[in-house]
Amino acid sequence: MKYRSVFDIIGPVMIGPSSSHTAGAARIGRVARSLFGREPKWANISLYGSFAKTYKGHGTDVAIVGGLLDFDTDDVRIIHAIDIANEKGIKLRFIEEDAITDHPNTARIIVGDHQGELELVGISIGGGKIEITELNGFELKLSGNHPAILVVHNDRFGAIASVANTLAKNEINIGHMEVSRKEIGKLALMTIEVDQNIDELILEELEKLPNILKVTKIVD
Amino acid sequence: MFRNVAELVGLANSQNKKISEIMIEQEVTVTGRSREDILSLMNRNLTVMEEAVERGIKGVSSHSGLTGGDAVLLQKYIEKGNFLTGETILDAVSKAVATNEVNAAMGTICATPTAGSAGVVPGTLFAVQKKLNPSREQMISFLFTAGAFGFIVANNASISGAAGGCQAEVGSAAGMAAAAIVEMAGGTPDQCAEAMAITLKNMLGLVCDPVAGLVEVPCVKRNAMGAANAMVAADMALAGITSRIPCDEVIDAMFKIGQSMPTALKETAQGGLAATPTGRELQAKIFGIPLKNSESKS
Repeated sequence: MKYRSVFDIIGPVMIGPSSSHTAGAARIGRVARSLFGREPKWANISLYGSFAKTYKGHGTDVAIVGGLLDFDTDDVRIIHAIDIANEKGIKLRFIEEDAITDHPNTARIIVGDHQGELELVGISIGGGKIEITELNGFELKLSGNHPAILVVHNDRFGAIASVANTLAKNEINIGHMEVSRKEIGKLALMTIEVDQNIDELILEELEKLPNILKVTKIVD
Repeated sequence: MFRNVAELVGLANSQNKKISEIMIEQEVTVTGRSREDILSLMNRNLTVMEEAVERGIKGVSSHSGLTGGDAVLLQKYIEKGNFLTGETILDAVSKAVATNEVNAAMGTICATPTAGSAGVVPGTLFAVQKKLNPSREQMISFLFTAGAFGFIVANNASISGAAGGCQAEVGSAAGMAAAAIVEMAGGTPDQCAEAMAITLKNMLGLVCDPVAGLVEVPCVKRNAMGAANAMVAADMALAGITSRIPCDEVIDAMFKIGQSMPTALKETAQGGLAATPTGRELQAKIFGIPLKNSESKS
C-alpha cells in the first residue's frame, strides 16, 4: 500500500495551489537538498510530462527551488523561492523535457557546487506524496509500498551492521535492502525498505553512527 | 489493516465502532504514534481548514486574476434569503469555493486529498456544522472518516489528476465528504459507503483540464459542485437509497477510466476547457506569450 497514513490523505498543510505539482515538488527538491547536505550553488531542473506542461501555472519551479532552499511545504517563503535563490546567487536552469516517463509527474534535479554534485529523479504520485526513483545514476529499486530510507556512508566494515543494529534496537524490521558503491573504500549507499515508520529521532541516531554521512527518508 | 471499503465497513460493523474510530486505531498501529498525538495533528489540520475558509469568505484574488471573490458573492446571496436550493448546501458550496480561492492565491490550505480538491471536505464540514452542532471531537472524527475512504481510493485507484483526471481528485474528495457527512449525521458505516459510491458514480469520467495549467478554472467551481454532490448523496444514503454497484467496484471503475483517459485530459492543459479559444486566450494573456505560441503547444 503506497499510502499508509491518514495524514497522506488529510494533509499536508501546504502553500497552494497543487499538492502534486507544488507540495510534492517542494518535497522532491528538499530531498535533493538534504542528500546534498548543503545549499547548492547551482541547480539544473528537468521537468517531464504534466510537470513540464503545467509547471508555470502550478508553481512547480518555485516549489522545487523552495525545497532546495530547505523550505517545508507550508513555508510561505516558497512563493518567493526563485527570488530568494537569485539573491543568494544560486544559478537555476529549468528544462522542459519531451521524453515520456513512467510517471507523468517526474523531475530530475542536478545540484552542485565547487565540492561536488548530486543528481536525483523524483516522482510526485498524488496528494503531496513522493518517491525518489534514481540517485546519482543508481536506480533505486523501491516498491514504494513501504517506508524507505537512504543512507550515504563511507565504505568501511561495520557501517552496515551498525545501521541494522540501530534499526533492530528500535524494533524496526528491514524488508528489503540494497548496498552499492562506486569504488572500494569510498562513498557507498544503502537503500533500506522497512515495515515500520521511522521517526526523525531514529534518523538522527543513525546519522550519529561512525562512517554514516547522511540519512534521508525517501518514502514516507 | 483495511484494504478496501468492504473490509473497512466489516471492521466497523463487527466491532460496533464508527469508521472514524477504525481509522484512528489503524493510524496508531501503523505509525506507532499515540492516540493523543494523532488527534492533535488532525486538530491542527482542522484549524488550517477553518482559517482558509475564514480568509476566503472575506475575499481573495489569485495572481492571475482568474479566480477569487465568488465565495463572497455566494455568502451575500445566501444572506438575502431568496435562494432556490437550501442554505446548508449553498453554505457548503461557498466554503468549498472559499478554500480553493485561497489555494489558487497560493495561500495556506490542508490538502484533502489534494490541494486542487481541498475545498470539498472542509466546505461540507463547516456547512453541516451549523446544522448538526457537532463537538470539536466530532469535527475531528469527520476528517478521519473522510481520510479512511480517501486512503482506500489512494491505494486502490488514484488521487492524482495527472494519473486519473479530476474524478480522482474532486471525485475522491466528494466521495470522502459524503461518507463523513453521513457518519456525523448519525448514519451507519454501510450508509457511509453508499454515500461514497453514489457520489463517486456521478463524478466518473471527469477530466482534469485546467486553463493555463493553473489550479483555478475550472477547479474552483468543480469543488463547488463536488460539495453539492456530496451533500445530496449523503441525504440520499441517509434516506436509505443504496448503490447497485458496490463502492469498491465504483472505485475500481474510476481507476480504469483514469487509465484509459487520454493524456491531454490529465492535467496537461492541452485538452478540454484548457484548449477552448477562451482558455487559450487566457493562457496567452497570463503568461504574456503570443496566442500563436500557446496554440502551437497543443
